[in-house]
Amino acid sequence: MDPVASAVRLEVQEAVHILSSSEDGGHIVSTLQSLRRYLGETETQAPPGEQEEFSRTHFSTVLRCLVGKLSPDWLDLLPDGQLEELWASFFLEGPADQAFLVLMESIEGAASPSFRLMKMARLLARFLSAGRMAAVMEEQCGQQAGPASCLLQETLLTRVVGLPDRLGNRLQRETLAAFFPQNYFPLLGEEVLRVLQAVVDSLRGGLDCSVSFLSQVLGKACVHGRQKEVLGVLVPRLTVLTQGNCLWQRVCWRLVECVPDRAMEAVLKGLVEAAPGPEVLSRLLGNLVTKSKKAQFVMTRKLLFLQYSCSTPMLQSLLGYLAMDSQRRPLLMQALKELLETWGSSSAIRHAPLEQQCYVSKAALICLAHLGEAELRACRDELLASLMDGVKNRLDSSLPAVRRLGMTVAEVASARLHPEGPPLKFQYEEDELTREILALAAPWPAPHGPSEAGPPVAPVDGESPDQETVDGGSPQAGREGSDSELDSDDELVPYDMSGDGEQRNSKTPAYVRDCLEALTASEDWERWEAALQALEGLVLKSPAATREVSLELAKVLLHLEEKTAVAGFEGLRQRALVAVTVTDPARVAEYLAMQFYALNYSLRQRMDILDVLALAAQELSRPGRLRRATQQGSPGPGSQPSVAAVPAWQAVVEERVRRKARRFCKGSAGRAAATGPNEFNAVAGYFFFPLLQRFDRPVVTFDLLGDDQLVLGRLAHTLGALMYLAVNTVVAVPMGKALLEFVWALRFHGDAYVRRGLLSAISSVLLSVPAERLLADLPDELLEARSWLAGVAEQDADEDCRLLAVKALLLLEKLRDRLLPLSSP
Amino acid sequence: MAAPAPPPPDPQFVLRGAHSAVHALHFCDGAEGHPLLLSGSLHGLVHIWSLQTRRPLAALDGHGGQCVTWLHTLPRGPQLLSQGRDLQLCVWDLAEGRNAVVDAVRLESMGFCRASILAEGPQRWMVAVPGRGNDEVQVLELPSKTLVSCLKPEAGARLGMPMCLQLWQAESSSRPLLLAGYEDGSLALWDVSTRKVCSRVACHSEPVMGLALDPWRARGVSGSAEKALAVWSLEGQQALQVRGTHELTNPGIADVKIRPDSKILATAGWDHRVRVFQWRTMRPLAVLAFHSATVHCVAFDTAGLLAAGSGDQRISVWSLYPPT
Repeated sequence: MDPVASAVRLEVQEAVHILSSSEDGGHIVSTLQSLRRYLGETETQAPPGEQEEFSRTHFSTVLRCLVGKLSPDWLDLLPDGQLEELWASFFLEGPADQAFLVLMESIEGAASPSFRLMKMARLLARFLSAGRMAAVMEEQCGQQAGPASCLLQETLLTRVVGLPDRLGNRLQRETLAAFFPQNYFPLLGEEVLRVLQAVVDSLRGGLDCSVSFLSQVLGKACVHGRQKEVLGVLVPRLTVLTQGNCLWQRVCWRLVECVPDRAMEAVLKGLVEAAPGPEVLSRLLGNLVTKSKKAQFVMTRKLLFLQYSCSTPMLQSLLGYLAMDSQRRPLLMQALKELLETWGSSSAIRHAPLEQQCYVSKAALICLAHLGEAELRACRDELLASLMDGVKNRLDSSLPAVRRLGMTVAEVASARLHPEGPPLKFQYEEDELTREILALAAPWPAPHGPSEAGPPVAPVDGESPDQETVDGGSPQAGREGSDSELDSDDELVPYDMSGDGEQRNSKTPAYVRDCLEALTASEDWERWEAALQALEGLVLKSPAATREVSLELAKVLLHLEEKTAVAGFEGLRQRALVAVTVTDPARVAEYLAMQFYALNYSLRQRMDILDVLALAAQELSRPGRLRRATQQGSPGPGSQPSVAAVPAWQAVVEERVRRKARRFCKGSAGRAAATGPNEFNAVAGYFFFPLLQRFDRPVVTFDLLGDDQLVLGRLAHTLGALMYLAVNTVVAVPMGKALLEFVWALRFHGDAYVRRGLLSAISSVLLSVPAERLLADLPDELLEARSWLAGVAEQDADEDCRLLAVKALLLLEKLRDRLLPLSSP
Repeated sequence: MAAPAPPPPDPQFVLRGAHSAVHALHFCDGAEGHPLLLSGSLHGLVHIWSLQTRRPLAALDGHGGQCVTWLHTLPRGPQLLSQGRDLQLCVWDLAEGRNAVVDAVRLESMGFCRASILAEGPQRWMVAVPGRGNDEVQVLELPSKTLVSCLKPEAGARLGMPMCLQLWQAESSSRPLLLAGYEDGSLALWDVSTRKVCSRVACHSEPVMGLALDPWRARGVSGSAEKALAVWSLEGQQALQVRGTHELTNPGIADVKIRPDSKILATAGWDHRVRVFQWRTMRPLAVLAFHSATVHCVAFDTAGLLAAGSGDQRISVWSLYPPT
């Protein structure tokens, strides 16, 4: 046996014996002092061979023995905490990995809560704040991989990353601030950085080093969801350090390469998020995506297709990273192809939520902005084909947001793919999303720091308003010129000129029949326009005359085409139709509802029918409608009753009465709500049931269950509205029943707009049909609806659908709550 | 800006009883300083209205039932000039309650072109009337009725008939000038003494129906059958230049007047409305929608009253933005 080893063993055994048995403070101190020689910190060092032997074999034994002795009495053997200081120095100065393991072991083994546990926890906090964690990790960087060290690394790794959890479990509420994850992980990040610095230094010195343990620590921390804390510290520093320093860059690349596959996604996502731009990402990752299959999968598939959680700057970093190197560019091209393929797939449009579609669109546009003309030209046909598929499918959608997305992306992408062709131009209203998408379309500028790109923008913004004001001011300045002495007439206040419209010609018909005749037979377009404009007023003024010709009038209005460019044609026609329907609801509503399924109508006309029925029903069911109608008729034409003048004296009198009168109790001061019978009561059936009759029987021009799902969605919404307006009517119960059947038949419809309509219809059934009747007559339907609603609320791809389902469920709950108190006592 | 605009104003009063469309209006000072309003009707009567009693004081019948298109009073007498479509320019003596035609000038041209008058001396006037030919303007001297000059455009000019006239003399110069609006929409500035066109500008695409000149600022405005007013200036008293056009809601302007204090401008519209603008900026101030037929003429008096005569046989009198 090696004499050095046996000498050290004897010494240590002796010391451990003394430590475990002696009660004499001086003796213990001298023993500890002698042991400290092996740590090499004192003046009288032990020979290096003995030091090495001690730290390899005996150090943890000594530490365990020290932990075992820890008690208040033992520490008090010497005054002023000298013993404690000496005791702690073994943990803080000896080999860090063993000290760390013994610390963790003893903390986990200690009874909780106890003096020893708290002492050990404080010691661990000191250990951390003294930067020993870096020493722990640094020791692992120098070591060669062997089976034993593998095991040790594994143990260390779980302890290092799991430290906050373990301490938290052990200490419960007593845990120290240093062990909170939000404090510990930034510290860990800094320690990793220090180790990296050491690695770089030793590489400069020509020594071999391995960063794989660091990669594992990083990976594990990220898998635990601590990317923000760790990388938030690491990335900014690395950004600076890697700038123009090849060695640091290589160390970085190696660091990320060595991350185990299962942690790769977490690390990469964290890096993409933390990196301020594609340049930095490129410096940190190098050509990782070409070396690691897993990384390639994460970067080009997982983050783009399987998730949609990245923000737009993250997407820009990610795709910009792919674009920055010629080796990575094929991946970008590939990604673009796949993105556009996904974008164009009809099934994706139907099943993916809108947010994901937006995400894919943005990613595709960023790709387009990064790719050059030549690269795009090489596979333009393929890209255009996918794009056009997507545009077509989106324009077919019944959701406006999807259509708008299709139009915006089509405009931007086709301009990029096919710059020489005529530009595609759609009409749509701009919103935040479209503006964001349009902003993405700008080709990516040459790589520069964001700080350089920033300033030039600002002055332009600052200048333009100035210029505008100058422009706006100049005509006035020019106009004033010589007549400055007459400036005083600025105070002339204009009168209200809102009544200054186009002059009506005198051909306005005065009777409903004249209007009818003008609309059908007249070749005089001025008269035609005047008739259309006058019709609503005439119908409301003379209901009796309207009833005589109501059906003809409805027919004419339904078939009316916009022959002249009269302003607001659609609105005029719709208001006139509504007025006719309100005047003679039974016959006209029934006629319109029947025409809904007739052969020779356009989809536009069918949707007009639905709108008119809903508006007319709303008008009919409005309380106090009759009173308003009579009030409207009374003032003579021409004289405008000035609102302020008439009740002026009334206000004065009322004010005086109020001041003089003393009231003992105050009733509701507001005017009572207008009341009256619901006129919709008598005619609701004419509106409702014909619309339900034939939705499942397609005709040549109209297939509700097929292509015309937009109309089906409108129908569902209209039926819901009619149901809601039929509140407090007798017919509400059979209507609700029929509507629930309708909903049941269509509940798994593929179009989100239709499903929204169905869900709102359910809600209106719940609101309109009395609760008792619902439970008495429709219990099975309610149960079925409830389970369907629960399914939709959880699983539907469309956010609005989920929301509507939750609302309907709430209504159901409310219904139950209202009934339960009745039955419970 | 925050306060809502006040509601459209109502007329101060309305004069009824002309019994036919009103085509000419003129304010004048009556006896004892009471202002009078003269109106000329489609059926040839000239009514004299008292603005105090708001009743007609007299009706003068001197045009044989033909439309009276222009009225003006001369301080001498007082005398009244009335132009009618019976081809007479009558001079009436209104002094001391008389109302008799004392003189008449035979006109050469039918049409609705209104005459224009300029005082040459204390007892001498110069009046411009449409002349014999289709495109001719005659300038006569009153009371001698001698022809001062006959302004005829060059042979190839094709201006059409003169539609409105404005005689005027700059303070600095002794040479009278004539502004004439023609049927082709152009405006010509004539030097009466040399019988030459100083300047011509096409400011409308339809016949010029009325023009008004603000001699202080050497600027004027004209209205035509089209949908816009044109504002033009006289550069150095010589060159006409269009300064801008102002779009209107409805086409057709029958008459334009600028208030004597040069603050506001009123137009008589075929759309039955009188429009009031701030003259300096051409900012619209009010739309007076009182009449139910074409408004043929507007007039301002020195105190700021605005009168409008319309085809609905009524004369509305308004008091807007009283001069300070």
